[in-house]
Amino acid sequence: MRLLYIELYKLGHNTISKLLIFGYFLLILSISILSTIKIEFGPIKFYLAEQGIFNFPYIWHFNTFIIALFKVFFAVIIVAMVGNEYSNRTLKQNLIDGLSKGEFLRSKLYAIIAFVTVSTLLVFIISLILGGIYSDYTEWSIVFSDVEYLLAYAIKLFCFFTFCLLLSILIKRAAFALGFLAFWQFFEGINFGLLNWKLETYFPSISVDQVFQFYPLNAMSNLIKEPFSRLSAIQNIANEIGDGFTKDYSVTLLSIFIALSWSALFIFISYQLLKRRDL
Amino acid sequence: MTTTPHISMQKTLLELFNLSKNFGSIKAVDGLSLSLKKGNVYGLLGPNGSGKSTTLGMVLNVVNPTSGYFQWYSGTITTHQALKKIGAIIERPNFYPYMTALQNMVLLCKIKECDTNGIEEKLKLVGLWERRNSKFSTFSLGMKQRLAIAAALINNPELLILDEPTNGLDPEGIHQIRKLILNIAKMGTTILLASHLLDEVEKVCSHVIVLKKGVKYYEGPVDQITVAHGFFEIKCTPIEAAIHFLESLSDISEIQNEKDLIRVFPKNDMKPESLSKKLAEAKIYPTHFVWRKPTLEDQFLSLTQT
Repeated sequence: MRLLYIELYKLGHNTISKLLIFGYFLLILSISILSTIKIEFGPIKFYLAEQGIFNFPYIWHFNTFIIALFKVFFAVIIVAMVGNEYSNRTLKQNLIDGLSKGEFLRSKLYAIIAFVTVSTLLVFIISLILGGIYSDYTEWSIVFSDVEYLLAYAIKLFCFFTFCLLLSILIKRAAFALGFLAFWQFFEGINFGLLNWKLETYFPSISVDQVFQFYPLNAMSNLIKEPFSRLSAIQNIANEIGDGFTKDYSVTLLSIFIALSWSALFIFISYQLLKRRDL
Repeated sequence: MTTTPHISMQKTLLELFNLSKNFGSIKAVDGLSLSLKKGNVYGLLGPNGSGKSTTLGMVLNVVNPTSGYFQWYSGTITTHQALKKIGAIIERPNFYPYMTALQNMVLLCKIKECDTNGIEEKLKLVGLWERRNSKFSTFSLGMKQRLAIAAALINNPELLILDEPTNGLDPEGIHQIRKLILNIAKMGTTILLASHLLDEVEKVCSHVIVLKKGVKYYEGPVDQITVAHGFFEIKCTPIEAAIHFLESLSDISEIQNEKDLIRVFPKNDMKPESLSKKLAEAKIYPTHFVWRKPTLEDQFLSLTQT
Protein backbone atom coordinates (compact mmCIF):
# COMPACT_ATOMS: atom_id res chain seq x y z
CA MET A 1 0.00 0.00 0.00
CA ARG A 2 2.95 2.30 0.69
CA LEU A 3 4.17 1.74 -2.86
CA LEU A 4 0.74 2.39 -4.37
CA TYR A 5 0.44 5.52 -2.25
CA ILE A 6 3.81 6.76 -3.49
CA GLU A 7 2.82 6.31 -7.13
CA LEU A 8 -0.62 7.87 -6.71
CA TYR A 9 1.01 10.78 -4.87
CA LYS A 10 3.32 11.35 -7.82
CA LEU A 11 0.42 11.21 -10.29
CA GLY A 12 -1.98 13.15 -8.11
CA HIS A 13 0.24 16.21 -7.94
CA ASN A 14 0.80 16.37 -11.67
CA THR A 15 -1.85 18.48 -13.35
CA ILE A 16 -1.43 16.88 -16.76
CA SER A 17 -1.72 13.31 -15.57
CA LYS A 18 -4.68 14.28 -13.40
CA LEU A 19 -6.41 15.73 -16.47
CA LEU A 20 -5.61 12.65 -18.56
CA ILE A 21 -6.91 10.27 -15.91
CA PHE A 22 -10.05 12.35 -15.49
CA GLY A 23 -10.46 12.46 -19.27
CA TYR A 24 -10.03 8.72 -19.55
CA PHE A 25 -12.77 7.94 -17.08
CA LEU A 26 -14.96 10.56 -18.71
CA LEU A 27 -14.50 8.79 -22.05
CA ILE A 28 -15.64 5.54 -20.47
CA LEU A 29 -18.76 7.27 -19.23
CA SER A 30 -19.30 8.74 -22.67
CA ILE A 31 -20.35 5.37 -24.03
CA SER A 32 -23.72 6.04 -22.53
CA ILE A 33 -24.06 8.89 -24.98
CA LEU A 34 -24.27 6.26 -27.72
CA SER A 35 -27.63 5.34 -26.33
CA THR A 36 -29.00 8.73 -27.21
CA ILE A 37 -28.06 8.56 -30.89
CA LYS A 38 -31.20 8.92 -32.88
CA ILE A 39 -31.23 9.50 -36.58
CA GLU A 40 -34.51 10.43 -38.19
CA PHE A 41 -34.38 10.81 -41.92
CA GLY A 42 -37.84 11.05 -43.37
CA PRO A 43 -39.43 7.67 -42.96
CA ILE A 44 -36.19 6.01 -41.81
CA LYS A 45 -35.72 6.05 -38.10
CA PHE A 46 -32.45 4.82 -36.69
CA TYR A 47 -32.23 4.54 -32.96
CA LEU A 48 -28.92 2.95 -31.96
CA ALA A 49 -30.03 1.84 -28.55
CA GLU A 50 -32.78 -0.24 -30.14
CA GLN A 51 -30.45 -2.12 -32.46
CA GLY A 52 -29.80 -4.53 -29.65
CA ILE A 53 -26.34 -3.36 -28.69
CA PHE A 54 -27.48 -2.89 -25.10
CA ASN A 55 -29.10 -6.30 -24.80
CA PHE A 56 -27.82 -8.62 -22.12
CA PRO A 57 -25.57 -10.54 -22.48
CA TYR A 58 -24.36 -8.98 -25.74
CA ILE A 59 -23.77 -5.67 -23.95
CA TRP A 60 -20.83 -7.18 -22.03
CA HIS A 61 -19.14 -7.99 -25.29
CA PHE A 62 -19.97 -4.72 -26.99
CA ASN A 63 -19.08 -2.37 -24.11
CA THR A 64 -15.84 -4.07 -23.17
CA PHE A 65 -14.72 -4.02 -26.79
CA ILE A 66 -15.60 -0.37 -27.39
CA ILE A 67 -14.32 0.93 -24.07
CA ALA A 68 -11.08 -1.01 -24.42
CA LEU A 69 -10.31 1.20 -27.42
CA PHE A 70 -9.86 4.09 -24.98
CA LYS A 71 -6.93 2.31 -23.36
CA VAL A 72 -4.60 4.27 -25.63
CA PHE A 73 -5.32 7.39 -23.57
CA PHE A 74 -4.24 5.64 -20.46
CA ALA A 75 -1.15 4.33 -22.21
CA VAL A 76 -0.07 7.96 -22.56
CA ILE A 77 -0.28 8.36 -18.78
CA ILE A 78 1.78 5.25 -18.11
CA VAL A 79 4.44 6.13 -20.65
CA ALA A 80 4.59 9.68 -19.27
CA MET A 81 4.79 8.58 -15.66
CA VAL A 82 7.86 6.47 -16.39
CA GLY A 83 9.40 8.87 -18.91
CA ASN A 84 9.19 11.72 -16.40
CA GLU A 85 11.09 9.69 -13.82
CA TYR A 86 13.92 9.41 -16.30
CA SER A 87 13.88 12.98 -17.61
CA ASN A 88 13.62 14.54 -14.13
CA ARG A 89 16.23 12.05 -12.90
CA THR A 90 13.89 11.27 -10.04
CA LEU A 91 14.29 7.53 -10.62
CA LYS A 92 17.91 7.97 -9.62
CA GLN A 93 16.89 10.07 -6.64
CA ASN A 94 14.23 7.54 -5.57
CA LEU A 95 16.85 4.79 -5.53
CA ILE A 96 19.28 6.95 -3.56
CA ASP A 97 16.53 7.77 -1.10
CA GLY A 98 16.09 4.08 -0.38
CA LEU A 99 13.51 2.73 -2.80
CA SER A 100 14.76 -0.54 -4.28
CA LYS A 101 14.52 -1.13 -8.01
CA GLY A 102 11.96 -3.86 -7.38
CA GLU A 103 9.89 -1.52 -5.25
CA PHE A 104 10.03 1.14 -7.93
CA LEU A 105 8.68 -1.28 -10.54
CA ARG A 106 6.06 -2.60 -8.13
CA SER A 107 4.79 0.90 -7.34
CA LYS A 108 4.17 1.40 -11.07
CA LEU A 109 2.55 -2.02 -11.39
CA TYR A 110 0.27 -1.43 -8.42
CA ALA A 111 -0.86 1.83 -9.97
CA ILE A 112 -1.63 -0.01 -13.20
CA ILE A 113 -3.56 -2.70 -11.36
CA ALA A 114 -5.49 -0.04 -9.43
CA PHE A 115 -6.49 1.73 -12.63
CA VAL A 116 -7.41 -1.50 -14.40
CA THR A 117 -9.61 -2.40 -11.44
CA VAL A 118 -11.34 0.98 -11.36
CA SER A 119 -11.78 0.91 -15.13
CA THR A 120 -13.26 -2.60 -15.06
CA LEU A 121 -15.63 -1.69 -12.24
CA LEU A 122 -16.75 1.37 -14.17
CA VAL A 123 -17.47 -0.70 -17.27
CA PHE A 124 -19.39 -3.17 -15.16
CA ILE A 125 -21.55 -0.47 -13.58
CA ILE A 126 -22.21 1.40 -16.82
CA SER A 127 -23.11 -1.76 -18.67
CA LEU A 128 -25.43 -2.80 -15.87
CA ILE A 129 -27.21 0.56 -15.95
CA LEU A 130 -27.43 0.82 -19.74
CA GLY A 131 -28.55 -2.79 -19.97
CA GLY A 132 -31.08 -2.22 -17.23
CA ILE A 133 -32.59 0.63 -19.23
CA TYR A 134 -32.46 -0.72 -22.77
CA SER A 135 -32.14 -4.50 -22.63
CA ASP A 136 -35.00 -6.66 -23.82
CA TYR A 137 -34.07 -9.35 -21.32
CA THR A 138 -33.52 -8.61 -17.66
CA GLU A 139 -33.57 -12.07 -16.09
CA TRP A 140 -30.65 -12.51 -13.70
CA SER A 141 -29.41 -15.62 -15.43
CA ILE A 142 -29.13 -13.77 -18.73
CA VAL A 143 -27.78 -10.57 -17.21
CA PHE A 144 -24.87 -12.35 -15.64
CA SER A 145 -24.02 -14.70 -18.45
CA ASP A 146 -20.98 -13.88 -20.54
CA VAL A 147 -19.44 -11.75 -17.77
CA GLU A 148 -16.12 -13.38 -18.66
CA TYR A 149 -15.79 -10.49 -21.08
CA LEU A 150 -15.10 -8.30 -18.05
CA LEU A 151 -12.25 -10.59 -17.03
CA ALA A 152 -10.94 -10.51 -20.59
CA TYR A 153 -11.24 -6.71 -20.49
CA ALA A 154 -9.16 -6.48 -17.32
CA ILE A 155 -6.49 -8.82 -18.71
CA LYS A 156 -6.42 -7.00 -22.03
CA LEU A 157 -5.81 -3.68 -20.30
CA PHE A 158 -3.26 -5.10 -17.89
CA CYS A 159 -1.31 -6.76 -20.68
CA PHE A 160 -1.35 -3.62 -22.79
CA PHE A 161 -0.26 -1.40 -19.92
CA THR A 162 2.60 -3.72 -18.93
CA PHE A 163 3.71 -3.55 -22.57
CA CYS A 164 3.67 0.26 -22.31
CA LEU A 165 5.60 0.03 -19.04
CA LEU A 166 8.29 -2.07 -20.70
CA LEU A 167 8.54 0.25 -23.69
CA SER A 168 8.85 3.34 -21.53
CA ILE A 169 11.55 1.75 -19.36
CA LEU A 170 13.34 0.49 -22.46
CA ILE A 171 13.21 3.77 -24.37
CA LYS A 172 13.12 6.20 -21.40
CA ARG A 173 11.46 8.96 -23.40
CA ALA A 174 7.69 9.17 -23.43
CA ALA A 175 7.29 10.41 -26.99
CA PHE A 176 9.62 7.80 -28.48
CA ALA A 177 8.00 5.03 -26.45
CA LEU A 178 4.59 5.95 -27.90
CA GLY A 179 6.15 6.13 -31.34
CA PHE A 180 7.57 2.67 -30.87
CA LEU A 181 4.16 1.40 -29.80
CA ALA A 182 2.68 2.68 -33.06
CA PHE A 183 5.59 1.18 -34.95
CA TRP A 184 5.05 -2.16 -33.25
CA GLN A 185 1.39 -2.17 -34.27
CA PHE A 186 2.53 -1.52 -37.83
CA PHE A 187 5.20 -4.22 -37.55
CA GLU A 188 2.63 -6.82 -36.49
CA GLY A 189 0.45 -5.78 -39.40
CA ILE A 190 3.27 -6.28 -41.89
CA ASN A 191 4.14 -9.60 -40.32
CA PHE A 192 0.56 -10.70 -40.69
CA GLY A 193 0.68 -9.80 -44.34
CA LEU A 194 3.93 -11.66 -44.86
CA LEU A 195 2.61 -14.70 -43.03
CA ASN A 196 -0.51 -14.67 -45.15
CA TRP A 197 1.60 -14.56 -48.23
CA LYS A 198 4.40 -17.00 -47.51
CA LEU A 199 3.47 -19.30 -44.65
CA GLU A 200 1.32 -21.58 -46.76
CA THR A 201 4.19 -22.14 -49.18
CA TYR A 202 6.59 -23.37 -46.54
CA PHE A 203 4.42 -24.74 -43.73
CA PRO A 204 1.10 -25.70 -45.29
CA SER A 205 -0.03 -27.47 -42.12
CA ILE A 206 0.05 -24.31 -39.97
CA SER A 207 -2.62 -21.65 -40.40
CA VAL A 208 -1.76 -17.98 -40.19
CA ASP A 209 -4.04 -17.38 -37.23
CA GLN A 210 -2.32 -20.12 -35.27
CA VAL A 211 0.96 -18.23 -35.48
CA PHE A 212 -0.44 -14.75 -35.33
CA GLN A 213 -2.32 -15.31 -32.10
CA PHE A 214 1.03 -15.33 -30.30
CA TYR A 215 1.98 -11.79 -31.32
CA PRO A 216 1.60 -9.56 -28.27
CA LEU A 217 -0.76 -6.89 -29.57
CA ASN A 218 -2.80 -9.43 -31.51
CA ALA A 219 -2.94 -11.65 -28.43
CA MET A 220 -4.52 -8.71 -26.59
CA SER A 221 -7.06 -7.99 -29.28
CA ASN A 222 -7.89 -11.70 -29.51
CA LEU A 223 -9.14 -11.60 -25.94
CA ILE A 224 -12.23 -9.72 -27.04
CA LYS A 225 -13.09 -10.25 -30.69
CA GLU A 226 -14.91 -7.59 -32.64
CA PRO A 227 -18.58 -7.65 -31.73
CA PHE A 228 -20.09 -5.93 -34.76
CA SER A 229 -20.62 -8.96 -36.98
CA ARG A 230 -22.46 -10.55 -34.09
CA LEU A 231 -25.23 -7.94 -34.22
CA SER A 232 -28.46 -9.47 -35.41
CA ALA A 233 -28.94 -6.75 -37.99
CA ILE A 234 -25.64 -7.50 -39.61
CA GLN A 235 -26.10 -11.26 -39.28
CA ASN A 236 -29.39 -10.84 -41.08
CA ILE A 237 -27.79 -8.96 -43.94
CA ALA A 238 -25.06 -11.59 -44.20
CA ASN A 239 -27.66 -14.35 -44.31
CA GLU A 240 -29.63 -12.57 -47.00
CA ILE A 241 -26.56 -12.26 -49.18
CA GLY A 242 -26.25 -15.99 -48.68
CA ASP A 243 -22.88 -15.70 -47.12
CA GLY A 244 -23.89 -16.64 -43.59
CA PHE A 245 -20.97 -17.22 -41.32
CA THR A 246 -20.31 -18.54 -37.90
CA LYS A 247 -17.54 -17.26 -35.72
CA ASP A 248 -16.41 -18.07 -32.24
CA TYR A 249 -16.81 -14.90 -30.19
CA SER A 250 -16.16 -16.38 -26.81
CA VAL A 251 -13.19 -15.61 -24.59
CA THR A 252 -10.86 -18.58 -24.95
CA LEU A 253 -8.61 -19.86 -22.20
CA LEU A 254 -5.73 -20.01 -24.65
CA SER A 255 -5.97 -16.29 -25.42
CA ILE A 256 -6.01 -15.48 -21.69
CA PHE A 257 -2.97 -17.69 -21.17
CA ILE A 258 -1.05 -16.07 -24.03
CA ALA A 259 -1.82 -12.55 -22.83
CA LEU A 260 -0.86 -13.29 -19.24
CA SER A 261 2.38 -14.92 -20.39
CA TRP A 262 3.25 -11.81 -22.32
CA SER A 263 2.50 -9.65 -19.25
CA ALA A 264 4.79 -11.80 -17.12
CA LEU A 265 7.53 -11.54 -19.72
CA PHE A 266 7.10 -7.75 -20.04
CA ILE A 267 7.38 -7.32 -16.28
CA PHE A 268 10.38 -9.63 -16.08
CA ILE A 269 12.27 -7.80 -18.84
CA SER A 270 11.37 -4.43 -17.30
CA TYR A 271 12.89 -5.55 -14.03
CA GLN A 272 16.01 -6.89 -15.68
CA LEU A 273 16.46 -3.62 -17.57
CA LEU A 274 16.12 -1.60 -14.38
CA LYS A 275 18.48 -3.88 -12.53
CA ARG A 276 21.26 -3.97 -15.11
CA ARG A 277 21.33 -0.39 -16.25
CA ASP A 278 23.54 2.22 -14.65
CA LEU A 279 21.82 5.51 -14.01
CA MET B 1 29.56 -8.76 39.95
CA THR B 2 30.16 -8.56 36.26
CA THR B 3 30.69 -5.58 34.06
CA THR B 4 30.07 -5.54 30.37
CA PRO B 5 33.27 -4.74 28.53
CA HIS B 6 33.21 -1.32 26.99
CA ILE B 7 33.68 -1.46 23.28
CA SER B 8 35.44 1.68 22.19
CA MET B 9 35.59 0.69 18.54
CA GLN B 10 33.72 3.02 16.26
CA LYS B 11 30.77 1.57 14.40
CA THR B 12 31.53 0.82 10.76
CA LEU B 13 28.97 2.36 8.45
CA LEU B 14 30.25 1.39 5.04
CA GLU B 15 32.91 -0.94 3.72
CA LEU B 16 34.15 -1.37 0.16
CA PHE B 17 36.00 -4.51 -0.83
CA ASN B 18 38.05 -4.36 -4.00
CA LEU B 19 35.28 -2.49 -5.75
CA SER B 20 35.75 -1.90 -9.49
CA LYS B 21 33.74 -0.35 -12.26
CA ASN B 22 34.61 -0.42 -15.92
CA PHE B 23 32.91 1.65 -18.58
CA GLY B 24 33.92 -0.27 -21.65
CA SER B 25 37.71 -0.38 -21.57
CA ILE B 26 38.00 2.53 -19.14
CA LYS B 27 38.54 1.63 -15.51
CA ALA B 28 36.60 4.29 -13.65
CA VAL B 29 37.15 2.67 -10.27
CA ASP B 30 39.90 0.10 -9.86
CA GLY B 31 39.99 -2.24 -6.87
CA LEU B 32 38.93 0.29 -4.27
CA SER B 33 38.78 -0.81 -0.63
CA LEU B 34 37.61 1.55 2.08
CA SER B 35 35.83 1.65 5.35
CA LEU B 36 33.91 4.55 6.82
CA LYS B 37 33.55 4.79 10.58
CA LYS B 38 30.86 6.63 12.44
CA GLY B 39 31.79 10.05 13.77
CA ASN B 40 34.45 10.98 11.25
CA VAL B 41 34.20 13.57 8.52
CA TYR B 42 35.72 12.21 5.35
CA GLY B 43 36.88 14.14 2.35
CA LEU B 44 36.94 12.23 -0.90
CA LEU B 45 39.46 14.01 -3.08
CA GLY B 46 40.44 13.58 -6.65
CA PRO B 47 40.64 15.47 -9.90
CA ASN B 48 37.70 15.39 -12.32
CA GLY B 49 37.20 11.90 -13.68
CA SER B 50 39.04 10.18 -10.86
CA GLY B 51 36.07 7.95 -10.04
CA LYS B 52 34.57 9.83 -7.09
CA SER B 53 31.03 10.03 -8.45
CA THR B 54 31.16 6.48 -9.81
CA THR B 55 32.21 5.19 -6.39
CA LEU B 56 29.36 7.05 -4.74
CA GLY B 57 26.96 5.85 -7.46
CA MET B 58 27.84 2.25 -6.67
CA VAL B 59 27.29 2.47 -2.94
CA LEU B 60 24.09 4.43 -3.59
CA ASN B 61 22.57 1.64 -5.70
CA VAL B 62 22.46 3.47 -9.03
CA VAL B 63 25.63 2.08 -10.65
CA ASN B 64 26.29 -1.65 -10.79
CA PRO B 65 29.83 -2.65 -9.76
CA THR B 66 31.80 -4.65 -12.35
CA SER B 67 33.52 -6.61 -9.60
CA GLY B 68 34.06 -6.49 -5.88
CA TYR B 69 31.37 -5.64 -3.39
CA PHE B 70 30.37 -3.25 -0.65
CA GLN B 71 28.27 -3.53 2.45
CA TRP B 72 26.39 -1.13 4.67
CA TYR B 73 26.33 -1.54 8.44
CA SER B 74 28.61 -4.58 8.26
CA GLY B 75 26.12 -6.32 6.00
CA THR B 76 23.34 -6.44 8.58
CA ILE B 77 20.80 -4.77 6.27
CA THR B 78 20.22 -4.55 2.53
CA THR B 79 21.52 -1.58 0.58
CA HIS B 80 18.14 0.00 -0.03
CA GLN B 81 17.20 -0.31 3.65
CA ALA B 82 20.53 1.28 4.59
CA LEU B 83 19.93 4.15 2.14
CA LYS B 84 16.79 5.07 4.08
CA LYS B 85 19.02 5.76 7.09
CA ILE B 86 21.51 7.97 5.30
CA GLY B 87 21.24 11.18 3.31
CA ALA B 88 22.89 11.79 -0.03
CA ILE B 89 23.21 14.64 -2.48
CA ILE B 90 24.71 13.86 -5.83
CA GLU B 91 25.51 16.29 -8.60
CA ARG B 92 22.34 18.22 -9.37
CA PRO B 93 19.30 18.28 -7.09
CA ASN B 94 16.61 15.98 -8.47
CA PHE B 95 13.03 16.61 -7.46
CA TYR B 96 9.60 16.51 -9.08
CA PRO B 97 9.44 19.92 -10.77
CA TYR B 98 5.65 20.10 -10.71
CA MET B 99 5.44 19.59 -6.96
CA THR B 100 6.04 22.23 -4.29
CA ALA B 101 8.96 21.98 -1.88
CA LEU B 102 6.60 20.71 0.80
CA GLN B 103 4.97 18.10 -1.46
CA ASN B 104 8.40 16.85 -2.50
CA MET B 105 9.41 16.49 1.13
CA VAL B 106 6.22 14.60 2.02
CA LEU B 107 6.83 12.16 -0.83
CA LEU B 108 10.41 11.72 0.33
CA CYS B 109 9.24 10.87 3.84
CA LYS B 110 6.97 8.23 2.36
CA ILE B 111 9.89 6.71 0.46
CA LYS B 112 12.25 6.86 3.41
CA GLU B 113 9.50 5.68 5.75
CA CYS B 114 10.17 8.46 8.19
CA ASP B 115 7.98 10.89 10.05
CA THR B 116 6.78 14.06 8.29
CA ASN B 117 7.12 16.08 11.51
CA GLY B 118 10.73 16.93 10.75
CA ILE B 119 9.93 18.74 7.50
CA GLU B 120 9.29 22.15 9.05
CA GLU B 121 12.52 22.07 11.07
CA LYS B 122 14.67 21.07 8.09
CA LEU B 123 13.10 23.57 5.71
CA LYS B 124 13.68 26.30 8.29
CA LEU B 125 17.28 25.16 8.71
CA VAL B 126 17.99 25.79 5.02
CA GLY B 127 15.82 28.91 4.91
CA LEU B 128 13.12 27.60 2.59
CA TRP B 129 10.15 27.38 4.94
CA GLU B 130 8.66 30.62 3.52
CA ARG B 131 8.90 29.16 0.03
CA ARG B 132 7.48 25.75 0.95
CA ASN B 133 4.42 26.18 -1.26
CA SER B 134 6.38 27.23 -4.35
CA LYS B 135 6.90 24.72 -7.09
CA PHE B 136 10.37 23.22 -7.30
CA SER B 137 10.65 24.37 -10.92
CA THR B 138 10.52 28.02 -9.78
CA PHE B 139 13.58 27.66 -7.50
CA SER B 140 17.03 29.06 -8.26
CA LEU B 141 19.96 26.63 -8.31
CA GLY B 142 21.04 27.71 -4.84
CA MET B 143 17.55 27.12 -3.48
CA LYS B 144 17.36 23.74 -5.20
CA GLN B 145 20.66 22.75 -3.63
CA ARG B 146 19.44 23.90 -0.23
CA LEU B 147 16.25 21.91 -0.66
CA ALA B 148 18.43 18.90 -1.50
CA ILE B 149 20.28 19.40 1.78
CA ALA B 150 17.03 19.64 3.71
CA ALA B 151 15.90 16.44 1.98
CA ALA B 152 19.14 14.66 2.81
CA LEU B 153 18.78 15.65 6.47
CA ILE B 154 15.10 14.77 6.80
CA ASN B 155 15.68 11.45 8.57
CA ASN B 156 18.52 12.76 10.79
CA PRO B 157 20.94 10.55 8.86
CA GLU B 158 23.83 8.67 10.40
CA LEU B 159 25.85 9.45 7.31
CA LEU B 160 25.58 12.35 4.93
CA ILE B 161 27.07 11.91 1.46
CA LEU B 162 27.75 15.11 -0.45
CA ASP B 163 29.05 15.06 -4.00
CA GLU B 164 30.34 18.46 -5.13
CA PRO B 165 27.67 20.32 -3.16
CA THR B 166 28.82 23.77 -4.23
CA ASN B 167 29.18 23.05 -7.94
CA GLY B 168 27.69 25.75 -10.11
CA LEU B 169 26.67 28.03 -7.25
CA ASP B 170 27.42 31.74 -7.01
CA PRO B 171 29.74 32.95 -4.20
CA GLU B 172 26.86 33.63 -1.85
CA GLY B 173 25.37 30.23 -2.52
CA ILE B 174 28.73 28.58 -1.93
CA HIS B 175 29.09 30.46 1.34
CA GLN B 176 25.60 29.41 2.51
CA ILE B 177 26.18 25.75 1.68
CA ARG B 178 29.58 25.73 3.41
CA LYS B 179 28.14 27.25 6.53
CA LEU B 180 25.46 24.59 6.52
CA ILE B 181 27.98 21.78 6.10
CA LEU B 182 30.14 23.14 8.92
CA ASN B 183 27.11 23.30 11.19
CA ILE B 184 26.09 19.76 10.30
CA ALA B 185 29.61 18.53 10.94
CA LYS B 186 29.58 20.23 14.34
CA MET B 187 26.38 18.39 15.24
CA GLY B 188 28.35 15.15 15.01
CA THR B 189 26.95 13.75 11.78
CA THR B 190 29.31 11.50 9.85
CA ILE B 191 29.96 13.12 6.48
CA LEU B 192 31.52 11.91 3.26
CA LEU B 193 32.30 14.98 1.18
CA ALA B 194 33.47 14.44 -2.37
CA SER B 195 35.00 17.53 -3.85
CA HIS B 196 37.84 18.90 -5.86
CA LEU B 197 37.65 22.18 -3.97
CA LEU B 198 40.36 21.58 -1.41
CA ASP B 199 39.80 24.43 1.00
CA GLU B 200 36.27 23.13 1.31
CA VAL B 201 37.58 19.75 2.42
CA GLU B 202 40.36 21.21 4.58
CA LYS B 203 37.88 23.23 6.61
CA VAL B 204 35.59 20.40 7.63
CA CYS B 205 37.25 17.03 7.21
CA SER B 206 39.05 14.92 9.75
CA HIS B 207 40.03 12.23 7.26
CA VAL B 208 40.85 12.27 3.58
CA ILE B 209 40.75 9.68 0.86
CA VAL B 210 42.61 10.63 -2.30
CA LEU B 211 41.63 9.00 -5.59
CA LYS B 212 43.35 9.18 -8.94
CA LYS B 213 42.21 7.28 -12.00
CA GLY B 214 40.06 5.10 -9.81
CA VAL B 215 42.94 4.06 -7.54
CA LYS B 216 43.29 5.03 -3.90
CA TYR B 217 46.45 7.10 -3.30
CA TYR B 218 46.00 7.99 0.31
CA GLU B 219 43.62 7.29 3.14
CA GLY B 220 44.01 8.61 6.64
CA PRO B 221 43.67 11.58 8.98
CA VAL B 222 44.11 15.00 7.39
CA ASP B 223 46.98 16.00 9.70
CA GLN B 224 48.99 12.90 8.92
CA ILE B 225 49.53 13.44 5.23
CA THR B 226 53.31 13.84 5.43
CA VAL B 227 54.43 14.27 1.90
CA ALA B 228 55.94 17.69 2.54
CA HIS B 229 57.38 19.44 5.57
CA GLY B 230 56.52 22.94 4.64
CA PHE B 231 59.06 25.59 3.74
CA PHE B 232 60.49 28.92 4.87
CA GLU B 233 60.36 32.25 3.11
CA ILE B 234 63.26 34.53 3.87
CA LYS B 235 64.16 38.05 2.75
CA CYS B 236 67.43 39.69 3.71
CA THR B 237 70.35 41.72 2.42
CA PRO B 238 72.81 40.90 1.12
CA ILE B 239 70.97 37.97 -0.38
CA GLU B 240 74.02 36.16 -1.80
CA ALA B 241 75.60 35.66 1.62
CA ALA B 242 72.41 34.17 3.02
CA ILE B 243 72.07 31.74 0.09
CA HIS B 244 75.70 30.77 0.49
CA PHE B 245 75.19 30.07 4.19
CA LEU B 246 71.96 28.13 3.68
CA GLU B 247 73.59 25.94 1.02
CA SER B 248 76.19 24.95 3.57
CA LEU B 249 73.54 23.55 5.96
CA SER B 250 73.18 19.76 5.77
CA ASP B 251 69.45 19.40 6.47
CA ILE B 252 68.23 21.61 3.66
CA SER B 253 67.08 19.83 0.53
CA GLU B 254 66.39 22.71 -1.81
CA ILE B 255 66.78 26.44 -2.05
CA GLN B 256 64.83 28.53 -4.51
CA ASN B 257 65.63 32.13 -5.23
CA GLU B 258 63.05 34.39 -6.76
CA LYS B 259 64.03 38.07 -6.98
CA ASP B 260 64.70 39.03 -3.37
CA LEU B 261 62.82 36.10 -1.86
CA ILE B 262 64.49 32.85 -0.80
CA ARG B 263 62.46 29.67 -0.35
CA VAL B 264 64.06 27.05 1.84
CA PHE B 265 62.82 23.45 1.82
CA PRO B 266 64.06 21.38 4.76
CA LYS B 267 64.77 17.66 4.40
CA ASN B 268 62.81 16.77 7.51
CA ASP B 269 60.69 18.45 10.12
CA MET B 270 62.60 21.61 10.92
CA LYS B 271 61.37 23.95 13.61
CA PRO B 272 61.39 27.65 12.62
CA GLU B 273 63.20 28.62 15.79
CA SER B 274 66.13 26.34 15.00
CA LEU B 275 66.57 27.88 11.55
CA SER B 276 66.34 31.45 12.82
CA LYS B 277 68.89 30.59 15.53
CA LYS B 278 71.32 29.29 12.91
CA LEU B 279 70.82 32.43 10.81
CA ALA B 280 71.48 34.62 13.82
CA GLU B 281 74.64 32.72 14.65
CA ALA B 282 75.83 33.43 11.10
CA LYS B 283 74.95 37.08 11.65
CA ILE B 284 72.21 37.03 9.06
CA TYR B 285 69.14 38.98 10.18
CA PRO B 286 66.16 38.46 7.90
CA THR B 287 63.72 41.29 7.25
CA HIS B 288 61.09 38.71 6.41
CA PHE B 289 60.85 35.22 7.86
CA VAL B 290 57.75 33.05 7.30
CA TRP B 291 57.18 29.38 7.98
CA ARG B 292 54.69 28.08 5.42
CA LYS B 293 52.92 24.86 6.35
CA PRO B 294 51.95 22.73 3.39
CA THR B 295 48.32 23.32 2.41
CA LEU B 296 46.10 20.43 1.53
CA GLU B 297 46.34 21.68 -2.01
CA ASP B 298 50.16 21.31 -2.06
CA GLN B 299 49.87 17.82 -0.63
CA PHE B 300 47.07 16.86 -2.93
CA LEU B 301 49.00 18.02 -5.96
CA SER B 302 52.15 16.23 -4.90
CA LEU B 303 50.13 13.06 -4.33
CA THR B 304 48.27 13.08 -7.60
CA GLN B 305 50.93 14.44 -9.91
CA THR B 306 53.49 11.71 -9.28
